[in-house]
Order: sequence, then structure tokens, then C-alpha cells
Amino acid sequence: MRWFRRSDTPLWQEEFSVFNAGENYVNRRQFTKFLTLTSLGMFVGNLWILARGRFKSPREAPPPVVAARAGEIPVGGVKLFPFAGGQCILVRIAEDTYVAYSQKCTHLSCAVFYARESNRLECPCHEGYFDVRDGSVLQGPPRRPLPRVELQRRGRDLVAVALKEGA
Amino acid sequence: MFGCEFYVDPSRCIGCQSCVEACEECDTHRGVSMINFDFLDRAEGIQTAAFVCWHCDNPTCAHVCPADAIKKGEDGVVQSSLKPRCIACSNCVLACPFGIPKLQADWEQMVKCDMCYDRSSTGKRPMCATVCPSQALAYVTPEVIARRREKPVNLFWFGRQRVATKVYMMAPAGPDSVSIDAADYTWEAADALVPPV
Repeated sequence: MRWFRRSDTPLWQEEFSVFNAGENYVNRRQFTKFLTLTSLGMFVGNLWILARGRFKSPREAPPPVVAARAGEIPVGGVKLFPFAGGQCILVRIAEDTYVAYSQKCTHLSCAVFYARESNRLECPCHEGYFDVRDGSVLQGPPRRPLPRVELQRRGRDLVAVALKEGA
Repeated sequence: MFGCEFYVDPSRCIGCQSCVEACEECDTHRGVSMINFDFLDRAEGIQTAAFVCWHCDNPTCAHVCPADAIKKGEDGVVQSSLKPRCIACSNCVLACPFGIPKLQADWEQMVKCDMCYDRSSTGKRPMCATVCPSQALAYVTPEVIARRREKPVNLFWFGRQRVATKVYMMAPAGPDSVSIDAADYTWEAADALVPPV
């Protein structure tokens, strides 16, 4: 490890110098080493995140949740319900058409809301707009569509059974 | 005045203790003198010697301090211990080759001469050098000291430790360094690093 520290004085003596002049002294080598190691650390961190995303094991299906009952919300109405560990938004866009998505905006996870006038899901943080029919991005910073909640009609209940992440 | 150095000539000391009294007047350590005043052989003679901190280039006291309380500035003055840091462990008291730092037990702090930093940093003479009537403690320019017969020396040997200081000792013209280890003055030290003066 001789290459690591070539100076004869031990590191503690330089760090806790008895001379006022040595108080804040950081030599170029120390500084460069610090920059390189930090940079390397961040790079490795990024690689790990990438690997974690690629080799994700298939998760089990989340337990189904009753989103709403028939007739509970009016046409153009909205209901929030918890599903698959997050908050989801259910919109009745027509008499017989219900759609549900995860409420977390795919940009920076702000809660999206249903804008009735413009008939779309809007994120207030950075004005990202999603199409209410399929969750695709209409404008704004989000790059991925809203994860869609698969709904099933079971009797009078509207049940959320699965969450499909966008492409 | 700037451009002056501190010179100590123990042979000039007349034992008046003006330096001790003058040092005591400083408000930062009122009543406690930083002068190390010695009677050389009280039973046999009247010779005295007054010493101040030697402000070593590589201060041993600072290096052994476990609390990093002693600092040496860029002007070469070794400051007394920092109040928030000193833990009164006496490491420096034991380590100093000249025996300068003193532990002030009731303050739980080490105190030593700092060359009247409040005065010398603005160009004034330290108190002891100002009042010394025989100029055993002198704070003058090298030109003034050159008029004396003795030679200023600032290199000391403490056993095998080489101690270079900011304060000069006036020594007879001869060796370039002074050994301050008592062992070097015994007859067994005939082959010592520095021949006994």
C-alpha cells in the first residue's frame, strides 16, 4: 500500500496539524483521490440501480380491492382508492365506462387529478397531462404512461385486480 | 518593532525578578507569571537565570498534546494552550525539553509564555524584555545583538533530538549548538553527539 501514502508523516499528523498554516491544507493528490472515489461510487451506484431494474423478480399479484360500487360515482366523477401499495384514481368517463390508474405521476410522483373541463388527468407539479382513456402522455415532462389498473365487474362491485406498468 | 528577535543571556541575569513581576501584570493571566525563573545553585551562589518559552520550530509540546490545544502560528510564535481544548493532562509539561509549560491546576489549564502576543503581534516588545535592566532578556534586531561578544545560538540537542528554536540563547563563541541534556555534561558523555560546552 506504499503507493497510497508516500509521505513520511502519518496522515493523522497532517490532518491535525500543530501549525496554523496546516489547518485547512488539502493537497492536490488528496483532493483528486476524493473526486475520483466519489465519482466511482456514484457510477457503481447507478450500475446497481440499472441491474436491479433489469433483473427484477416477478412479483405476486396484489390482493384485489373493491374500487367502487355500481352507481356510487356519477358520470365524470372520481374516486380515490388504495391498491397495490399506492393510491389509485378511478374515473367514470361515461355511463358504462370506468378507468383507473395509479395516481402517482410518472415524472416525480405528484398526485394527478381528473380535470373535468379538459377531460384528462393532470399533474399540478409540472403540468404533465395524461389521456384519461389509456393513460398515455399528452404533454409535459412525464416520459412513461400512467400505470393502468385493470378493473373487473363482479356483481355490483368494480374490483381492481391488477396494476399494469406502462411501457 | 518588527524585525526583532528574542535573545536570552542567562549570564546577564541579576535576579531582580522584574521580568516575573512585569509578566504577572498581563490581564489574560493576572498574577501568574510565565517566566521560568531559576536559582542555579542557591546554597552556593547568587546566580539566577530567567527563561521564556523558546518557541521551537517543531514544538514538542504541540506534538504530544492529545487535545490539539497548542498551535504554532505562521510568525513562529507557539501559542499557549487553547482554553476550550486543554484537558490539563500535563503531557506538554513532561515533554518540553526546556521545562517551560506549567500546569495551572486551579484553572485546569497549561499556561506558558506566548511572547506577549498581544504586544509582539503589533510590533511592541514583550513585557519581560522591556523591563529587564541587564537585558538578559532582550528583544532587539540582530544588528544590535551582533555588538555583543557572545554568539546567538538557536540549535539545541536534547539527547538525540534536534531542537531548533525561534528564541536565541547567547552562548560563548564556539560550538554552533548547545546541548541541553544534562547527560551530555557528564564525563561519561565523552563521545556524545555534541561535545559538552
